[in-house]
Amino acid sequence: MKCLLALIAAAILVIGAGERRSGYDDASPETRAMQDDDAANPAFLWVKQGEALWSEPDGTEGKSCAGCHGDVTSLRGVSARYPAFDSKRGLMVTLEQRINLCRTNHMGAGSFAWDDDKLLSLSTLVGLQSRGMALAAEPREPYLSDGAALFRERMGQLNLSCAECHEDRAGLSLGGSLIPQGHPNGYPEYRLEWQGMGSLYRRLRNCMVGVRAEPYSPDSPEATALAFFLAVRANGMQIETPAVRP
Amino acid sequence: MVRVLINVPKQMTAKEPFDVKVLISHPMESGQRRDQLGQTIPRDIINHFMCTLDGETVLEAEFFPAIAANPFLSFSVVAEKSGTLALTFTDDHGVTQTETAAITLT
Repeated sequence: MKCLLALIAAAILVIGAGERRSGYDDASPETRAMQDDDAANPAFLWVKQGEALWSEPDGTEGKSCAGCHGDVTSLRGVSARYPAFDSKRGLMVTLEQRINLCRTNHMGAGSFAWDDDKLLSLSTLVGLQSRGMALAAEPREPYLSDGAALFRERMGQLNLSCAECHEDRAGLSLGGSLIPQGHPNGYPEYRLEWQGMGSLYRRLRNCMVGVRAEPYSPDSPEATALAFFLAVRANGMQIETPAVRP
Repeated sequence: MVRVLINVPKQMTAKEPFDVKVLISHPMESGQRRDQLGQTIPRDIINHFMCTLDGETVLEAEFFPAIAANPFLSFSVVAEKSGTLALTFTDDHGVTQTETAAITLT
């Protein structure tokens, strides 16, 4: 009986994995071609800026990212684990928050604002190192349950939850655009609509503004828990950073 | 001024066409949009692009406001000998920037 149950559970997991679709799978051939060719993917302009920033000393300590981490290729696999739990601080932190913590704690430099181009450049560069690997965020309570609850919580004047669109109606259309399943496997990504790069937080913020809700602030526990839940939900999917999306 | 990525093949043969791909980071502000106060955002685009190979013009183009931010250009070049590809952009402020890429024929 136990064996049978395990088999059924495994089958559900496999079906679940098979049904998960990256935004790439539903993008137009033109958009996919942009993402496939590093010479045509505009996100590589940010990668280039990130490479310059990586070895540029900043702050009162006169250190650069490279001063501690060496070559950026040493960070392969790091972004796959984020958001991750920081046991020293007892906090869940996103990759962007980790970069800012590095700056304030080790470099004596100020935090970047959430939409700062330099922060996006660095997080894109670090994310790129894990391209092709599987997302592997380590499930942890209470963040996972908190995030899952927020995912299903109705909000805003339109009174919609994330799940109502990105689970119940994924694959259908919203004003001519396909509703994706909402997996965070390509962030930071170049969005043609934005004509620029954006973090996962920017995407969440846009969705929240779209349902006419007050967006969670970038460093709020809610925004982090939601990002963490999405990462665990997409665990095993291939990282596409930097993705190109319509 | 702006960040530019130039991509040319690693191996090229004389008289055989090869693709040059160029990505330019630029807002390409059309001049048609208004800000939150209703004031027109001034036009700011790259309006002229020229590609030369050792001084000889390969491609010259005028840009107009309908081009999206961070333009991507792709065109073919035929070279007869090794040289330097120079890409020159001029924006609405009259600022000119030149980036180069080495062309090495085998």
